[in-house]
Amino acid sequence: MEKILIRDVNFWYGDFHALKNVSLGIEEREVVAFIGPSGCGKSTLLRLLNRMNDLIPATRLTGEILLDGRDIYDRQEDVDRLRKEVGMVFQRPNPFPKSIFDNVAYGLRVNGIRDKEFIAHRVEETLRGAALWDEVKDKLKASAFALSGGQQQRLCIARAMAVAPSVLLMDEPASALDPISTAKIEELIRELRREVTIVIVTHNMQQAARVSDRTAFFYMGEMVEYGLTKLIFTDPLKEATQNYITGRFG
Amino acid sequence: MKKLLEKLVASIFTVSGLLTSIVILLIVGFLFSEGAGLFRNRIIDPGYVLAVNKSNPVRELSPEQIKAIFDSDLVDWAEVGGDSGPIVPFRLEDADRYFSEAQLGPNYEHAGRLIAELIERTPGIVAFVPGQMLPPDAEIAFIEDRTISFSEIFAGKEWFPTATPSPLFGIVPLVTGTLWVSFFAILFAFPFGIGVSVYLSEIASERTRQLLRPVIELLNGIPSVVYGFFGLVVIVPLLQRVFGLPVGESGLAGSIVLAIMALPTIIAVAEDAMHNCPRAMREASLALGATQWQTIYRVVIPYSISGIASGVVLGIGRAVGETMAVLMVTGNAAVIPTSILEPLRTIPATIAAELGEAPAGGAHYESLFLLGIVLFFITLAINLGVEAISSKSRS
Ligand SMILES: Nc1ncnc2c1ncn2[C@@H]1O[C@H](COP(=O)(O)OP(=O)(O)OP(=O)(O)O)[C@@H](O)[C@H]1O
Ligand SMILES: [Mg+2]
Repeated sequence: MEKILIRDVNFWYGDFHALKNVSLGIEEREVVAFIGPSGCGKSTLLRLLNRMNDLIPATRLTGEILLDGRDIYDRQEDVDRLRKEVGMVFQRPNPFPKSIFDNVAYGLRVNGIRDKEFIAHRVEETLRGAALWDEVKDKLKASAFALSGGQQQRLCIARAMAVAPSVLLMDEPASALDPISTAKIEELIRELRREVTIVIVTHNMQQAARVSDRTAFFYMGEMVEYGLTKLIFTDPLKEATQNYITGRFG
Repeated sequence: MKKLLEKLVASIFTVSGLLTSIVILLIVGFLFSEGAGLFRNRIIDPGYVLAVNKSNPVRELSPEQIKAIFDSDLVDWAEVGGDSGPIVPFRLEDADRYFSEAQLGPNYEHAGRLIAELIERTPGIVAFVPGQMLPPDAEIAFIEDRTISFSEIFAGKEWFPTATPSPLFGIVPLVTGTLWVSFFAILFAFPFGIGVSVYLSEIASERTRQLLRPVIELLNGIPSVVYGFFGLVVIVPLLQRVFGLPVGESGLAGSIVLAIMALPTIIAVAEDAMHNCPRAMREASLALGATQWQTIYRVVIPYSISGIASGVVLGIGRAVGETMAVLMVTGNAAVIPTSILEPLRTIPATIAAELGEAPAGGAHYESLFLLGIVLFFITLAINLGVEAISSKSRS
C-alpha cells in the first residue's frame, strides 16, 4: 500500500482552479520531488498533504488524499494529530524567537510531553540527526536567530523531526541558502529517508536528480508526468517535461 | 538649480526642527524653573510671624506641627519639644475675644501693643500676626522662619496648600493616589485588552476585524469628560451599592473609568503587534501539531510581546496623565489611601482643580508646577521601565 495516495484532486482558491485532476501515489520511505515552473501548483499540493491550506479562506477541494489508507480530509480527522504525523519544512528558515533547545522541544511540548529528561534526550537525538549537534551543543540556550541561515534551516528540520513524523514535506528547503548549506541539507535528506517518507518541492533540477527516487512534473495545475527520477531526467515521455528539464522554458 | 532647491529644503527642515526642539526645551525649562521656585518659599506666610513667650524654649516648628497647633490637634508644648503646658494658638481674628473694641481702638491702632503684652503675659501662646504690627521693643520671641525643605515636600504626608499660617505641600498622598489609580486601571485593562486583541487578531474573521477595529479606534476619540460623566452616573452609584460605601467616589471608580479609557489604546496597539506576527511563525507552530491556542500563547504572544508592552505603556501613559475623568469620579480627598474603595486624589486632578485658585507666582502656584514635574518623572520612569523589559524580552 502507498504511504500517500492522491486521487483525482482538484483545488480552487476562490474561483481560481489551482490543481486539476491530480493523482499520484508515494511509497513509504521514498523521496519524491515536485518540479515545475513557478505558479504551477507544487506548493499548493504539498500543503494539501498536511492540511495547511485549511488556513486559507474560500478554498475548495475535491478528490481524496489518503495517508496510510485513511482519508485525511475526513470529518473524523484530527488535524493537529495529522500535522504531527506529517511534518513540514518551509522555504525560508522560520525558527521561533526562542532558544535553540526550545525550538526543537516545541513540538514535543505542544504534544503534551512534560518529561524533561525525555525532552532533553530527544532534542539531542534530533539535533544529531540534523547534523547540527556539534555546532550548537555549547549554546543550546542561545537564541535560534543567532544561527546562520543554513543552520537555522537544519534547526527547522530537527524541529520537525523531533515529533517523529512519518512524512516530511519540504517546500524549496534550500532555495534561500548558499551552496555549502544546500549540500548539507541534501546530505541530510539522504539520511532522513531511512526514517521518513519525504516530499520535496524544488526549482533546482540537479537537486531533484540528486535526492529523489521519483519526480512529478507539474504544469499549469496539472501533473504532466510522474515516474522514476532516473527516467524523467534521461528519457521523459512528454515533450513539455523534456523542455522544462533542459531549461527551454519556465 | 536642483542642488540649490534641495539645499533650501534641507535648511528649512533643519531650522524648523531646531526651532521646535528649542521650544520644547524651553517649555520643560519653564516647568522646572517655576516648580523649583517652591523651595525658595518660607514655611510661614510672607509678612507674618509666629510669636511666642520669651520663657518658651521652642524656637522651631515644622509646617505640619504649625498646622496641627492651629487646628488644635496639638495641645501641649511637650509634644513639640518644649516644657509641658497647654498651647494657646492665637490668630489676629481672636483679638476680639481678648480685648474690647474700645481697647483696640477704632482702627485697631492699639492692637499691636495689646497683642505684644498678651504674648508677654501668656507662657503657652503662639501668635500668628503680621510682623509689622508688633512694637519693635516688645519682649517676645519668634518661631524661626526658614525655607520649605525637600523632605517636607517629597516625604510630606499632607497636602494642604491653602492652610495658614503654614501651608503643607506634602505630595505623598497625591503620588500614591496617582499610582494606585493607575496600577488598578492597568490591572483591569491588561487582561481585557489582551483578550480583545487576541480575539480580533486571531479568532475573529477578517470581516469582523475590519468592522470592529474602526469602532475601537473611535472609542479613543471620545473626550474624557464623557467617560467621566459615564463613570459618575453609572459606575459611582454601582460601586456604592455593591460595596455598601458611604460615597461611591473612590479610587476604584477612577481605576475602572481609566481602564475603560485605556482599553482602546491597548487593544489597537497590541492587536496590531499580534497581527504583524509573521504567517511563517504561525504555520511553523501549526505544522508541528500545535493547536490554535497553543500557537497563540506560545508563539504569537511571545513574538509580539514588545508591541503588546508598548500598547500597555501608552495605556498607562494615558491613565497616569488623565485628568478630567479622574477628577470627576475619585472624590478628590488628598489623603494617603489605605484602600482602593476610599476617595483619593491624583496629581493631574490636583493641578486641574487648584490651578484656578492659586495666585500666579505664589507658593501654591509653584507647588502645582512641581507636581507637574513629578508627573513628568513618573511617566518617564514607566516608559523607561517597560522599554527595558520589552527590549530584554526581544533579545
Ligand atoms: N492563498 C492563495 N490565494 C489565491 N491564489 C493562490 C494562493 N496561493 C497560491 N495561489 C495561486 O495558485 C497557483 C499555484 O500556487 P503555488 O504556490 O502552488 O505555486 P508553486 O508551484 O508553488 O509556485 P512557486 O514555484 O513559485 O512556489 C498560483 O497561480 C498562485 O497564484
Ligand atoms: Mg511554491
